[in-house]
Amino acid sequence: MDNELLLTNDIEIRRRNNLIGRIAKAWQLYLLLFVPLVYLIVFKYIPMYGVQIAFKNYNVNLGIMGSEWVGLKYFLKFFSNYQFTRLIRNTLIISFYSLIAGLPVSVIIALTLNCVKVEKFKKLVQTVTYLPHFISVVVLVGMMYQIFNPIIGTYGNVYRILFGKEAPNIMGIPESFFHMYVWSGVWQNMGWDSIIYLAALSAVDTELYESAKIDGASRLKIMLAIDLPSIMPTVIIMLILRCGHFMNIGYEKILLMQNSFNLNYSEVIQTYVYKVGLKLNGDYSYATAIGLFNSVINLILITVVNKVSKKVGDTSLW
Amino acid sequence: MVTNNEVSVRKRKIKDTMEDCVFYTIIYVILTILLLIVGLPLIYVLSASFSSPSAVIAGKVFLFPVDFSLEGYKAVFEHKDVITGYKNSLLYLGLGTVINVVLTMCAAYPLARNDLPGRKYIMMLFTFTMIFSGGLIPNYILVNKLKMLNTVWAMVIPNAVSVYNMIVACTFIRSNIPNELLEAAQIDGCGDIYFFIKIVIPLSKAVIAVITLYYAIAHWNSYFDALIYLNDKKLYPLQIILKDILVSNQIDASMVYDPELAEVKQGLSELLKYSLIVVSMIPVLIIYPFVQQHFVKGVMIGSIKG
Repeated sequence: MDNELLLTNDIEIRRRNNLIGRIAKAWQLYLLLFVPLVYLIVFKYIPMYGVQIAFKNYNVNLGIMGSEWVGLKYFLKFFSNYQFTRLIRNTLIISFYSLIAGLPVSVIIALTLNCVKVEKFKKLVQTVTYLPHFISVVVLVGMMYQIFNPIIGTYGNVYRILFGKEAPNIMGIPESFFHMYVWSGVWQNMGWDSIIYLAALSAVDTELYESAKIDGASRLKIMLAIDLPSIMPTVIIMLILRCGHFMNIGYEKILLMQNSFNLNYSEVIQTYVYKVGLKLNGDYSYATAIGLFNSVINLILITVVNKVSKKVGDTSLW
Repeated sequence: MVTNNEVSVRKRKIKDTMEDCVFYTIIYVILTILLLIVGLPLIYVLSASFSSPSAVIAGKVFLFPVDFSLEGYKAVFEHKDVITGYKNSLLYLGLGTVINVVLTMCAAYPLARNDLPGRKYIMMLFTFTMIFSGGLIPNYILVNKLKMLNTVWAMVIPNAVSVYNMIVACTFIRSNIPNELLEAAQIDGCGDIYFFIKIVIPLSKAVIAVITLYYAIAHWNSYFDALIYLNDKKLYPLQIILKDILVSNQIDASMVYDPELAEVKQGLSELLKYSLIVVSMIPVLIIYPFVQQHFVKGVMIGSIKG
């Protein structure tokens, strides 16, 4: 007994020494990691610590630590705010609409591009459709204002020729906000998002195509029976990834498209956080509470989605 | 039997090519429409920017420049804010990207090493920030406390490492630098940092190109950080100037120095917008054709691991 205990102790000690030795041996690697880690802790984890002001009445003079606790006051304030349902509704609609509008388009682009045999045409389509991805949101929204201008824009001109009268100002119509936001996003990213499906398609075994051809399958049938199923796993992963960011929508673009007319449709949680916290009131605690509410929902969503995907397929994010 | 089969195969083949013909036609039609949907707005903006102010204001421009003129560009380059913004943006891009790439590679290499004690935990520390963050206000308070508001540093430090890019680099290093190389180097008494600088960096040129481009584009295109962290006009990057002119429609007439231009101010202010869009996209457009393949590669590497 004694001997055995000694032996396990010995192993334990040796293992510990071993670990210390390994750490010491890797000191140069830790040296490399040092600055990035300091950055990470200062700029990512200290703000997480700062999130406590959501539960405090933040006072600049007292600082984060010194401010008094107020519990859930700001959360309750948000829940009882008349804006609450509106913000949630808009956030969900925009997110869901973007999801179902964007995904099929990029899948279709990948499937059709994959059928193209003329390399030059394929290259041309790829080069042109990937390009908008690199346009900044400011320029994108600026382009929208110009093109959809009812007087000088292409949209206005075409409308005048077709209907003989001045076009309605589509950027100013509140109800059109969702469509403008979502479809401009599709325009910008559909090509880029198709890359990943195209990559999945290029990995399909060519023998499958050959045997399908021998069996007399048409190209359409090949697309539906081979191409589509072979990218389904990728589609599902992308869907999961997007769901994980469900509450994080492109508020930077929304902020640019917002005006006093369409606020009813365009105000989402994150733009509201910006307004409450920095632009208008400077109400730090309240804004942090709303932001935290958003982040927590997101965290829950991504965890659930990951669990589900782990069970359903063997795809998991971590 | 055999002949029957052959006949049926041949028959089907003929029928199928008919079907396929229709199919391919539809495919090409779809893709051509797609090409037009994406390409026409870009061509329109480009053409409008080379037209005359009167043609733009009269809505005459569709596909090709009308009354070719460079007045829009002249106005852009006489616009003081735009020039300052351009310089600032280039500064943030240059400085920011260097910091980004150096730090990202410094983090990526150790985390690509399986023999790093605690690798899993450090990696978790990084990836957790991808799914949860303190949010806008705590970040703002921090930047304020660090006295970085209204300085160049606010534009380059708070986003010094993108965890996504770090994972891309990490995945690349892990799958492209054979372990044998490290073992051989270690036998020769080569330290980790020396190995990193002399072997890993030269062998990772492809991924360094990818993340450099990602970071550079992100710096060039971002406006929100500048919006919240800067309020000194002299520090504004181009995107903020663009936002004021394109979106908020604020054109300061006094910025146009030539008094003759004031007469055609309205037409010019519209024309200026088109030219500005083109000018702001020039750096991206110049590098884009050369680096498109790298960007695509980045997506591929990134897709291997979430």
